[in-house]
Amino acid sequence: MKIEKGGAPLVIDVAGINKHFGDKHVVKDLSLQVRRGEIFGFLGPNGSGKTTSIRMLCGLLTPDSGSGSCLGLDVLTQSSQIKRQVGYMTQKFSLWDDLTIGENLDFVARMFGMKKRRVVVDRALDELGLTGRRDQLAGTLSGGWKQRLALASCLLHEPQLLLLDEPTAGVDPKARRDFWEEIHRLSAAGITVLVSTHYMDEAERCHRLAYIAYGTLMASGTAAEVVAGQRLQTWEIAGADLQGLGQALRALPGADLVASFGATLHVCGRDGAALEASLTDFLSDRPLTMSRVAPSLEDAFIDLMQGSQDQFKE
Amino acid sequence: MKRFSGFSGFSFSRWLGIMLKEFIQLKRDRLTFGMIVGIPIIQLLLFGFAINSDPKQLPTAVVMADPGPFARAYVAAMQNSDYFRIVGSVDERQADDLLDRSEVQFVVTFAPGFHRDLVRGKSPVLLVEADATDPMATSGAIAVLNHLGAEVFAPDLPGLERPTAAPLELRVHRRYNPEGLTAYHIVPGLLGVILTLTLVLMTGLAMTRERERGTFENLLATPATPVEVMTGKIVPYILIGLIQVTLILAAARWIFDVPMHGSLLLLYAVVLLFICANLLLGITFSSIARNQLQAMQMTFFFFLPSMLLSGFMFPFRGMPQWAQMVGNALPLTHFLVLVRGIMLKGNGIEQLWDHSWPIMLFIAAVLAIGLKTFRKTLD
Ligand SMILES: Nc1ncnc2c1ncn2[C@@H]1O[C@H](COP(=O)(O)OP(=O)(O)O)[C@@H](O)[C@H]1O
Ligand SMILES: [Mg+2]
Repeated sequence: MKIEKGGAPLVIDVAGINKHFGDKHVVKDLSLQVRRGEIFGFLGPNGSGKTTSIRMLCGLLTPDSGSGSCLGLDVLTQSSQIKRQVGYMTQKFSLWDDLTIGENLDFVARMFGMKKRRVVVDRALDELGLTGRRDQLAGTLSGGWKQRLALASCLLHEPQLLLLDEPTAGVDPKARRDFWEEIHRLSAAGITVLVSTHYMDEAERCHRLAYIAYGTLMASGTAAEVVAGQRLQTWEIAGADLQGLGQALRALPGADLVASFGATLHVCGRDGAALEASLTDFLSDRPLTMSRVAPSLEDAFIDLMQGSQDQFKE
Repeated sequence: MKRFSGFSGFSFSRWLGIMLKEFIQLKRDRLTFGMIVGIPIIQLLLFGFAINSDPKQLPTAVVMADPGPFARAYVAAMQNSDYFRIVGSVDERQADDLLDRSEVQFVVTFAPGFHRDLVRGKSPVLLVEADATDPMATSGAIAVLNHLGAEVFAPDLPGLERPTAAPLELRVHRRYNPEGLTAYHIVPGLLGVILTLTLVLMTGLAMTRERERGTFENLLATPATPVEVMTGKIVPYILIGLIQVTLILAAARWIFDVPMHGSLLLLYAVVLLFICANLLLGITFSSIARNQLQAMQMTFFFFLPSMLLSGFMFPFRGMPQWAQMVGNALPLTHFLVLVRGIMLKGNGIEQLWDHSWPIMLFIAAVLAIGLKTFRKTLD
């Protein structure tokens, strides 16, 4: 495994990956480095190519071009070996609805050629707290339970790397919090996790992240690096009746984006001096306050999304 | 492209896992279970009665124990009637063999003394043996023979004495099916038709169902290989096929009174071969089709010619040349000859080879295509 300077070994290291569906260019020159043991967030709006990228990493789709390794194995030629060490949780629940919980786990354990199958399955059921419901059909489980079952099933063979595709979509907040605790526990145990999401709060729980839009990787690094990379200067506007102001603020010279942030508005721009001048002027006859704040990750993402729209909407 | 390459890395335990999973899912699928029992019953009811047809140019062998100008004239008249195609002159033993192997439809025997008796107006016997496993195929031709004697040996024919009665006595033996019962023909045929429809359809849906539900992605994410998946999924359906066959054979025996002259064991062996051909085809459709609808369409695209051109619906020999060529490529065509051979003619192994190897060839071709088209990725 290649070692990035000063860091842990790289579990995923791909470069120049492309994928077309028909004449649709879905993933463009993707390069991604994920270090061992980290939780890597993969962010981007719907249809930006997250699922497609993940499928290429574990050999379910063949890239049109590009190269790289996953767990030290070639993603183009060694996908069958990669599969043995990767736990892949699909975006849509993909266990068998018409098999029971126990049968599903048993089947997956068989497919991975587990030695002590019964022991492994019993332990997984026990940890899930589903021992009493092992004979229940998987299709009858609620969303949160399906998600836990799916995670348990892709952990059965003790993978080195977890690829989780929007694992918390449609799951209630409590289950989401529990899920993230579990992910951090796994990461602490040395398992590398790549997780795609479009929840902002989840992005902040990741060690590092990448933002992809329209198939193009727009930014990557730690949350702080991503925010810094946008070189935004942000002012927070507070006061009553902020609703109608967005349009006017957006039109100000120097304002690149306006986003509501709780009960306040964030106005961000790259040209700080110009923005500060026009804001001061704009607020002079209004009962509002402005204060300089650090840009949030959300500001950075909104900026990234706007940037990509400008770039691709001809 | 990651396509299948060799049988490397086959895991018996994984294969077993896939097979068990298929069994469990099948057990929970009421509709499919209904189909297994329902389709044979419905088809038996629908096709219990026959569709008529009038084939011509039926291959006919002649046993000429008493050659003479009148016999030759009669044979020529048979050929001119367009119902018979004389394939040659043989001895009695060869004639029997030709009938057993289904190579001829008729054997016409001119007994010793035919010429003498005819000349003296003594109405000699003309023996016609017909392969009546398909009674529809022979009825038209036999009706023609009934008139032929009076036409050929007209009373004013020089050299003939005035006959007292008919110039000759036509004696027809309906071999294998003396009463000309269409059930003898239809019921063994249904065996093949039902197996084709249900097995191709059910396995055709087996893989596309996984693809449509999204579970295929999970299966692909495991180390399972194409051979394990394809063959593992097939096994439960082999059992289903055998259950159907047993059902139909029981109906044949106790409802339709179809005789069973050959070996039951041999019949099941032939059935197994045929089941394999259909299952492999189904699973191949399944891996080519994008969704269940497509798999269904492919099944019917295959099923229709099987039904129409195999000799099930219409007598095979009554079909035009091109249709016979298509028919010969279909396993059902050969299976029908095999089953009727075993049940009605009591054929043994030695008579079955001619129609067994085409099915084996079909299996090999389909397996090759299936493994080649099995997608190991979601591309
Ligand atoms: N099998 C496929 N065939 C054709 N287009 C596809 C296929 N899978 C995904 N796409 C298209 O590729 C784009 C990216 O999809 P996806 O990777 O699922 O995005 P995300 O997971 O980020 O929502 C979408 O526009 C989607 O419609
Ligand atoms: Mg997705």
